[in-house]
Amino acid sequence: MKGDRVDEYDVVVVGAGGAGLRAAIEARERGQRVAVICKSLFGKAHTVMAEGGIAASMGNVNSGDNWQVHFRDTMRGGKFLNHWRMAELHAKEAPERVWELESWGALFDRTADGRISQRNFGGHQYPRLAHVGDRTGLELIRTLQQRVVALQQEDFRRTGDYESGLKIFQEYTVTRILKEGERVAGIFGYVRESGQFFSIAAPAVVLATGGIGKSFKVTSNSWEYTGDGHALALLAGARLLNMEFVQFHPTGMVWPPSVKGILVTESVRGDGGVLRNSEGRRFMFDYVPEVFRGQYAETEAEADGWYTDPEANRRPPELLPRDEVARAINAEVKAGRGTAHGGVHLDVSTRLPAEQIVRRLPSMYHQFKELADVDITREPMEVGPTCHYVMGGIEVDPDTAACPLVPGLFAAGEVAGGMHGSNRLGGNSLSDLLVFGRRAGQYAAEYAAGLTARPVVDQAQETAAAAEALAPFAGTGEHPYALHQELQQTMNDLVGIIRRAGEMKQALDRLAVLRSRADTLAVAGHRQFNPGWHLALDLRNMLLVSECVARAALLRRESRGGHTREDWPAMDRDWRRTNLVCALDGPAVSVQRQAGEPVRADLLALFDRTELAKYFTPEELAGDDGAA
Amino acid sequence: MATTTKRAAIPDRTLRTDRWWLPQLGTAVGLLLFIGYSTWRAFEGAHYYAAPYVSPFYSPCLAASCVPMRGGADWALVGDWWRLSPALLVLVFPLGFRLTCYYYRKAYYRSFWASPPGCAVAEPHARYTGETRFPLVLQNLHRYFFYLAVPVAAVLSYDAALGFRDGAGHWGHAGLGTLVLLANVVLIWAYTLSCHSCRHVLGGRLRHFSKHPVRYRGWLLVGRLNARHMQLAWASLLSVGLADLYVYLVASGAFADPKFF
Amino acid sequence: MTERRELRIWRGEGGEGAFASYLVEAEDGEVVLDLVHRLQATQAPDLAVRWNCKAGKCGSCSAEVNGRPRLLCMTRLSALPPDQPVVLTPLRAFPSVRDLVTDVGFNYAKAREVPAFVPPPGLAPGEYRMQQEDVARSQEFRKCIECFLCQDTCHAVRDHEENLAAFAGPRFLMRVAELDLHPLDAAAETGLDRARSAQEVHGLGYCNITKCCTEVCPEHIRITDNALIPLKERAADRKYDPLVWLGAKIGLRSGKTTP
Repeated sequence: MKGDRVDEYDVVVVGAGGAGLRAAIEARERGQRVAVICKSLFGKAHTVMAEGGIAASMGNVNSGDNWQVHFRDTMRGGKFLNHWRMAELHAKEAPERVWELESWGALFDRTADGRISQRNFGGHQYPRLAHVGDRTGLELIRTLQQRVVALQQEDFRRTGDYESGLKIFQEYTVTRILKEGERVAGIFGYVRESGQFFSIAAPAVVLATGGIGKSFKVTSNSWEYTGDGHALALLAGARLLNMEFVQFHPTGMVWPPSVKGILVTESVRGDGGVLRNSEGRRFMFDYVPEVFRGQYAETEAEADGWYTDPEANRRPPELLPRDEVARAINAEVKAGRGTAHGGVHLDVSTRLPAEQIVRRLPSMYHQFKELADVDITREPMEVGPTCHYVMGGIEVDPDTAACPLVPGLFAAGEVAGGMHGSNRLGGNSLSDLLVFGRRAGQYAAEYAAGLTARPVVDQAQETAAAAEALAPFAGTGEHPYALHQELQQTMNDLVGIIRRAGEMKQALDRLAVLRSRADTLAVAGHRQFNPGWHLALDLRNMLLVSECVARAALLRRESRGGHTREDWPAMDRDWRRTNLVCALDGPAVSVQRQAGEPVRADLLALFDRTELAKYFTPEELAGDDGAA
Repeated sequence: MATTTKRAAIPDRTLRTDRWWLPQLGTAVGLLLFIGYSTWRAFEGAHYYAAPYVSPFYSPCLAASCVPMRGGADWALVGDWWRLSPALLVLVFPLGFRLTCYYYRKAYYRSFWASPPGCAVAEPHARYTGETRFPLVLQNLHRYFFYLAVPVAAVLSYDAALGFRDGAGHWGHAGLGTLVLLANVVLIWAYTLSCHSCRHVLGGRLRHFSKHPVRYRGWLLVGRLNARHMQLAWASLLSVGLADLYVYLVASGAFADPKFF
Repeated sequence: MTERRELRIWRGEGGEGAFASYLVEAEDGEVVLDLVHRLQATQAPDLAVRWNCKAGKCGSCSAEVNGRPRLLCMTRLSALPPDQPVVLTPLRAFPSVRDLVTDVGFNYAKAREVPAFVPPPGLAPGEYRMQQEDVARSQEFRKCIECFLCQDTCHAVRDHEENLAAFAGPRFLMRVAELDLHPLDAAAETGLDRARSAQEVHGLGYCNITKCCTEVCPEHIRITDNALIPLKERAADRKYDPLVWLGAKIGLRSGKTTP
């Protein structure tokens, strides 16, 4: 059985968040016909949830900032596991990407001299995050959405058809990438509203599907975050990089239970909020790790002084990178110094006047008022770690965002790996979307335009994909909701924020069982807008990706960034140059070691030797000496 | 993406379970009471002056038939051909101002015209063109009534100042009536200046506040008042009615104005 | 504390359907969407509902709760009468797809009819300078999460489908206002008068400022007071102000917005 309809495009972008839309805009501006496949409605992507801002070293607030400083912060945050070339491109291009948003109508908060205001954030040396209150992600997605509409209006003036050059397919879900030999030939999926199948023939496919958080129980991620792009890439023969690195954001809501996991933006801390345990102690001073000693304040007085005079004081330890703060909170709660609902206090009420809190953190104010009945201008918030972001992702070429093993396949945004190393800094996500979204769009367009012969969609693959998608209707087993809950519990408990070998082996056993149970899933009802069916299709992706996470986590015997092993608590310099790549071999998920590319000498020279010695082996640095 | 064009077939006009009709009922009762009272008083043409107090319904008094008011706004601008109550000559201005006011429009569209009767409650009309055509397109003239409402408020302020005299015209006295007129004029000004057209004229039409700091401050101030426009509309409606009633009671001899000094 | 709540949900497709009742467990502090999810997981696995973030930020889970347009994820059970069933219907102004899901394509079509931001000629990206007080007005409107509750509740189209073509609805009139108030939008230089087009193209006159859009806005944007009325006043500047008209005739005033 083939797809019910077939379209042809030059570039197909799967995902309509920040990276996907930026890629689509770029490819369309380069003259290609572009289709954007959007799992939800247009403009609802998870990008809207980003609160704090877009990191870009424009130097509007502190003129000492530049791309080199941003690069350094990013590498430090990622514990030097980042692909240095991506971090370099990201730091260099982020300001242009922000400025171009303004020319598309974005309205950022301003400095007194009328430029884009920038705020402090964890791990960033200078105020660097362009923001709009605490709803920056919404501004980003809306601006890109409106840019898409502007391009469609241009097309309309030229051709009489809004969708002649760039079309958004809303509530379409991709279940397979179609190939001709090694090359990408198109995509196959289903239309949510009608339940019909569709195929699009296209030589270039950009994956921009975001993250995997819905495999975990406590998460800040929306329903779409089921690792679709990761799984599609695996199934198409691409590989995933360093999937063990999952970021637990230190501050998610912990109460009431229905909102557990919803994000409390880091801006709360950037703007003066402090963390206290149930004894009232500002405990973060006790958790400054060796590698960051000397860069953070050691007394409350010094920390408080930093907000007004950052030159004379070191920054408060609440602004350590996210992995450090998350672990600290976890440790406090475990030691019995947590709040009644199992979190710690995040207090801004005693630090800023109420009027300023409402103005600077409007969505936080409303979120707590309306969901938890807590007035954050009067009382502290209760917060705890929540699964937030996956640093790992599809292995890509740093410059072109192309997957090395699958010609025609590109990836950008959270679904791509490498950029953030073992831990992402706040604010680097939105800039990542823009920088690499644009690059993916550019190189996908160039790839499509440069082809002399287009790949042809293979009907047998469509038939197989359709059969795979319909299988749950003939299933005899359980329904997908229970299975999903078990998966989330497994990942949360056994491959969560603190990991142990025994538990991860147990997790792998459970995942194997879940995978076999998933083969016989049964869904009720018919194909039109059927959430049960949709979840059954998502589960294939979540199970594949979860296995990559668990296998990689078991293999990496060290603690670094978003991967903490209780049985291997130290960071190991030898592991720094080792990437773990996950691939699919038939139905089996396998994880292998792969050497990382040595850091270019001029980039290494941006750091102090003593700092480098904490991360690099003496041989690596000796080699560098020889080169220099 | 449409596979369907039909809305969900739900027969109920509304599924709201709260008493959504209560505010509309309250509005209708309040407005009707005022309309009834003010119509009677406007046509009565008597008991509107009790030195030193003048009813706000009759000031400025523009007909030749006006009671002489010592130092007051009894300007016979209209000749003696006018036979009706002098109130009618001046009430058209505040009436027009309030009739085209953005708040009152909401109030009477909802409570008298059921357009809509309540949010998410189906309205009974077969057609709806809003304010796109005559006569409702004339609502766009609100700003002219605002311009006219300002001098009227100025005259009422003058009247309130005259209240600081005694019946014989000597300054430095005050009675309960003085306070009544004073409170009324404050509310009238607050209502008038909180109007959306005033907000627009002051700063709303500016594109760059940063280039007009004084007008920006004014816009902010009016904006704060404007957020209370509904409350001020009701408060000033009540106060203008009470001020008139007070003068009526004193002028008709039913009540003696207590003098403070 | 667990209790059982009755959910009455309109279920159907393509406009045809009926109410179905379910008893669902409810925990302390839950919102209506939690109950819907529990219902899906336990009794009605194919119940169609849209949702994404479950944090009031994406505007996907719009529906009507006890007859009022609301976000399911921001409606706490404790705010609803405990002794009555929770009545859920799809948005009633939009075509029904299935159960609580409607076809909101109308809004995307209207979005395309509003001409985009026109970048100022002569300013390169990075050279934009704007003051906070000049962007604050438009920023309020950019808080919009496009849940389309205002579009659903506005009686001009909710009760009068014949007006769908002529009326952009509060959300997109607010978009016109946002662009008209943008300190650097150069539409006027291209001959586009946004305030005039609000009246002539996007149906601003259909708005009778009865404020239901403001009442239902989950972002608490003062749509009527800050977007629609200022737009009406600006349109009045252009179309209903004889002084401006006369001034323009004799070349004294341009009738354009003061810089």
